Amino acid sequence: MSTGVTEKTQKTIGGIRRTFAPWNDPQAVPLIRYKNVTKRFGEFVAVDNLSLDIYEREFFALLGPSGCGKTTLMRMLAGFEDPTEGQITLAGQDLVGTPPYKRQTNMMFQSYALFPHMTVWDNIAFGLKQDRMEKGAIDARVEEMLKLVKLEKFAKRKPHQLSGGQRQRVALARSLAKRPKVLLLDEPLGALDKKLREETQFELMDIQMELGMTFLIVTHDQEEAMTVADRIAVMNHGKLVQVDQPAVIYEHPNSRYVADFVGDVNILDATVETVEPGMVTLRPVAAPERRFRIAQDCAAKPGDTVAIALRPEKMRVELDPPADTNVNCVQGEIWDIGYLGDLSIYHVELPGGVRVKAAKPNLTRMVERPITWDDKVYVYFSPDAGVVLTS
Amino acid sequence: MRKGLSWFNVTSIALGFAFLYIPIVLLVIYSFNASRMVTVWAGFSTHWYWQLFQNQQLLDAAWVTLRVAFLTATVATVLGTLAAITLTRYGRFTGRTLFSGMVYAPLVMPEVITGLSLLLLFVAVDIDRGFWTITLAHITFTLCFVSVVVQSRLVTFDRSLEEAALDLGCTPFRTFFVITLPIILPAVISGWMLAFTLSLDDLVIASFTTGPGATTLPMRIYSQVRLGVTPEINAACTILIAIVTVVVIFVSIMTKRQEIERQKAERLAAAG
Repeated sequence: MSTGVTEKTQKTIGGIRRTFAPWNDPQAVPLIRYKNVTKRFGEFVAVDNLSLDIYEREFFALLGPSGCGKTTLMRMLAGFEDPTEGQITLAGQDLVGTPPYKRQTNMMFQSYALFPHMTVWDNIAFGLKQDRMEKGAIDARVEEMLKLVKLEKFAKRKPHQLSGGQRQRVALARSLAKRPKVLLLDEPLGALDKKLREETQFELMDIQMELGMTFLIVTHDQEEAMTVADRIAVMNHGKLVQVDQPAVIYEHPNSRYVADFVGDVNILDATVETVEPGMVTLRPVAAPERRFRIAQDCAAKPGDTVAIALRPEKMRVELDPPADTNVNCVQGEIWDIGYLGDLSIYHVELPGGVRVKAAKPNLTRMVERPITWDDKVYVYFSPDAGVVLTS
Repeated sequence: MRKGLSWFNVTSIALGFAFLYIPIVLLVIYSFNASRMVTVWAGFSTHWYWQLFQNQQLLDAAWVTLRVAFLTATVATVLGTLAAITLTRYGRFTGRTLFSGMVYAPLVMPEVITGLSLLLLFVAVDIDRGFWTITLAHITFTLCFVSVVVQSRLVTFDRSLEEAALDLGCTPFRTFFVITLPIILPAVISGWMLAFTLSLDDLVIASFTTGPGATTLPMRIYSQVRLGVTPEINAACTILIAIVTVVVIFVSIMTKRQEIERQKAERLAAAG
């Protein structure tokens, strides 16, 4: 499946992506502003005094487990829910009280919500007809949308005559047809299988770039959020835990919650020994005779109990101890091995009974790997591989 | 599992069906009897059907019945659909339980009581009883049936379809007519037909609420039968049975088809 983007824009995507960072620009005016927004359903607080700015042309992801308030946050922007307290503005206009049919946002629903009694063409034209656009202009726009999602041949079909992937495209075309200021995507790829989902993620990015629109996506799939989004907001219990670019969220999580929710991670409890600028020395609870050095400025004081977050791919498992004495090293025993083809995941039991996961790329075609069950191994990582988490 | 049916199953089914349908079958057969005597078979004839169409009184009654049924079904469908939407859509408003109880009460209320209370009401407010009072009474007791049928469809209705329409700039009022109604239409039509047949064959409530000049077909038949059953009445009943049967079969086929299509769509969605 090709992307439907011209050669010219394809070349500029990299350039735009690399320099796009309006959130760092104090002059930039956000397109969407949530100001101290709270939403309660009876006793349940879905969104808790939350403030968030989203900028024009941004691909923004709301990420969190189900029930964290991400969908409610999006539905308040679409107008299906009104905030209990606070203000939501779109391009400077206060949205609270504006009904959904008067807002310049369009939504792509998780269930796609295609009108079953209308053809693909009529589904896409529906929003345009509500605006009393003239017939010629509607035809042209629908054609354009069908082309964008590669469904020209399916215009006369009804939704039940389409596959899941095709329906997803119709839903996308329908929500894009009115050229909304913001496109809201509610778990848009949840019903697709993995391969199709990955392809569609890249397509979404290309379409967003080509149309120059602002996209807000709600997802519980962290890989999806990392792939498509310029920035991710990780949510929990109606609050924002961390808002940043995908790489920052992954490499510098600000809490155990974010580290654990985004990607695979080992979390080791440790006590702070010394704190210097740019370096922390810790005593891990699992191996008290060892000292770990983490290259990081840290607000913790000696004696504090903290957590070290270590991504499995940043840890090495070897039969021999490391030559470099600067790296952090701990001895353990192989507890379990997961062979994934490209990687093997080694579960190593440390002397204290704590198990850590380390990923090792399978660089050669050996079927018999040198490290096997019950082997005594060294697990090590460099000081800049781990993150100290104080919360 | 055992294949086929045991003799016990077969007998009980045969007896059950015989119990239910032999009277009706006899009635239909005797409507084609050439003899004037209802119980003596004297060869096949459609004479009584011709006779029936000469009987002005019966024809008048049939015409009244059809008008009542048509008007009843239409009004009851509108009101019943509105009640169903209110009950499924507007959550737990104050008095919801009372409202729902009051909508569904006629479903279980003995007809005699419904008829009597309506009669008392019409007498109290001093309306001339006749065509309109029968129609009003029929609307009252068929509304709940429409409401049940439409509500069962609305429960499985995907709300996001309406939200999508609103989101695309359609007002709530228009959304109902271009999205909701077309999708629930089969259920609404089923409700209409149910109300139509219920009104068509009602005797008790119509007898209570009628006045001079408005006699429905069931009432006319009943009064004639008291003077003795004629083959003419058999013919009239056969036609009534035919109408009701056709409507019922049509409705059940439609509901069935809808169900099959829904399942097919779900399978496709699951596979897609």
